[in-house]
Amino acid sequence: MSIVNDSVLFLVLRRMRTPLIVMILIYAVSIFGLVLVPGIDANGAATAPMTFFDAFYFISYTATTIGFGEIPNAFSYAQRFWVTVCIYLTVIGWSYSILSILNLLKDEGLQRALARSRFNRKVKNLTEPFCIICGLGETGSLISKTLDQVQMRFVVLDVRAEPLQELELGDYQADVPALHADAQIPETLLIAGLKHARCKAVLAVTNSDEANLAIAMTVRLLNPGIPIIARAEHAATASNMASFGTNFVVDPYTLYARRLALAMRSPPSYQLVEWLTRVPGTPLPELHEPPTGKWIICGYGHFGRAIVQRLDNMGLHDNVRIIDPRPTSPDDHISIVSAGTEANPLIDAGIKDAVGLVAASDNDINNLSIAITARELNPDLFIVMRQSSSGNSALFETFDANLTMVTTQTVAHACLSYLTTPMLSRFIREVEKQSAEWATNLLESLAPACSGLVPYVWTTRINRIKTPALNHALQNLASPIPLSVMMTSNRNRDNPLKLMPLMLERAGQLILCPASDLPLHSGDKIIWAGSREAWNEQKLTGSYANALSYIITGHAETGSWLGKYLNS
Amino acid sequence: MNLEKVVFGFFIVLAATLNFGFFIGDIARPELHHIYELFAAIVVNLIATTLKFGDRTQIGAIHLATSLVADLQLIAAAVTWGFAVHVLGLGMTPEITASVVSLSGGALFANVVSVILLIAETLMMRR
Repeated sequence: MSIVNDSVLFLVLRRMRTPLIVMILIYAVSIFGLVLVPGIDANGAATAPMTFFDAFYFISYTATTIGFGEIPNAFSYAQRFWVTVCIYLTVIGWSYSILSILNLLKDEGLQRALARSRFNRKVKNLTEPFCIICGLGETGSLISKTLDQVQMRFVVLDVRAEPLQELELGDYQADVPALHADAQIPETLLIAGLKHARCKAVLAVTNSDEANLAIAMTVRLLNPGIPIIARAEHAATASNMASFGTNFVVDPYTLYARRLALAMRSPPSYQLVEWLTRVPGTPLPELHEPPTGKWIICGYGHFGRAIVQRLDNMGLHDNVRIIDPRPTSPDDHISIVSAGTEANPLIDAGIKDAVGLVAASDNDINNLSIAITARELNPDLFIVMRQSSSGNSALFETFDANLTMVTTQTVAHACLSYLTTPMLSRFIREVEKQSAEWATNLLESLAPACSGLVPYVWTTRINRIKTPALNHALQNLASPIPLSVMMTSNRNRDNPLKLMPLMLERAGQLILCPASDLPLHSGDKIIWAGSREAWNEQKLTGSYANALSYIITGHAETGSWLGKYLNS
Repeated sequence: MNLEKVVFGFFIVLAATLNFGFFIGDIARPELHHIYELFAAIVVNLIATTLKFGDRTQIGAIHLATSLVADLQLIAAAVTWGFAVHVLGLGMTPEITASVVSLSGGALFANVVSVILLIAETLMMRR
């Protein structure tokens, strides 16, 4: 029995102590009284009192209100007096005990102990790989919904009860073990399966940097082998996390600034990255072309700083104007001390001839106010807005800025692409090096595989476990097998699947957009984008020899492995 | 001073003393072993057992185990007594008395272990 189950049992026993002692005392007093009081026989003569056995028998059926009138002798008046007392005593005793049990069931402590033990059991019984999501805020729930869609299992922890109740009502395919507990406490993480053999990763995505740091630290110490993905909003937290080996620190502001710089340099590359990192199955984002020229940054916090740094790197140093209410802006930029919500500071910063504006303060309403004023002054302005709370979505959608950076979504997308396709971040780094023409071409060839929706992105490893049939064929067939085998339907080999290979990794070397006639090798890692159906069909081809041989040879081999073995 | 500890110690010691009171005397002579004392020993032992519920320490578990043993032995003694007198109609012959008293002797041993545990626990406590 585990610690958790034990604690439920002990809690119940401890709470039942008083009712049990009351019952024992009532029985003892009643029985002892009956043993002392003399009885009466049919002639009215006094007889000896009941024996202990008779008294116990009588009290047993009276106390439970069964009222079994079996002892034949009529009672003496003295006995009747005492039995009256006994009846009331025992009824009170039982009522008290039953009420105590009912109260115990409603008890919050017991409920919590039961929930913990249920959760612990569910986690222990997980047989598939899973990850632990700490914090079910906007980021956490977006991540969990998407992981559920791509059929990855996960366990959820949150300090608040409401998001977990919503999780119960949510439409999830898999059963999601969830616990209302503080993930900063090491024991909570252990119950959630930190040392479980199937635990694949821990995501620290609570709203508090402090909590994320504590979780990352706990995981690093208790189970050093497990990857940690942690959200950090402050630069100090991010570097602290990186210092003790957090595998993937998601700093949404730096990440977004980097993407924005990419969008300025090569809009198609930015669009490509967006296509590959958004939640699969949602509508494709449109092309944005942030102009290069004079930019105004309102709010010089972590986000503002990250953007200014990127713009500087792009050689736009002299074209950057900073507006911030705190006089902390660097001297080497032209800056104005103001919130930027009124027209004058914006005009002073040169809004009339600016090409873009970033509303980067940490207050959503101020950002909206800045953006509305700026657009009135210069309707052609390219506006980038930061949105901190998804509660304000209606306002931001109505305003319709050119780009909106939703902190929670940025974090979720980054976590998801790291979790589902770890190779994707390498691909994105490669994309950043390529030209705009290259990205345009790739987008054009990717578009038919998407049919207007964000594609699924996945990695295939050619090895004995993931693609047994293909691996076997590669080792035994004399002729090389081209990549196109994995891009063909196994129902009709004339039909290509709706997918495309983005990158192939072979012995540390990367091949971008591999050609379909490239011969496959055992040990290759390929990253794909395409539809869900194509993904499933490709999985079948890789693991089912008959499907594979149909694609290679053109005629369908039938029969099971056993049948073939018996025939040969 | 903790009142809960006083009650706990009181019942454990009382269970042992009542048990001893019933047990002492020539094993085969029914007049030396009064039924009231057996009754009192059973009741106090049951209460002592209940008081030991819900302690998850190692020593608490052994405490509970010894009490359960004592309960079992004493209830067996009472059932033997009742069965001999009411069902078999033998009355308290020396043989029956001997078996009842020896059963209670087993319970006494368990109760002594319980008292030793209590003393050990007290001595282990640092001021």
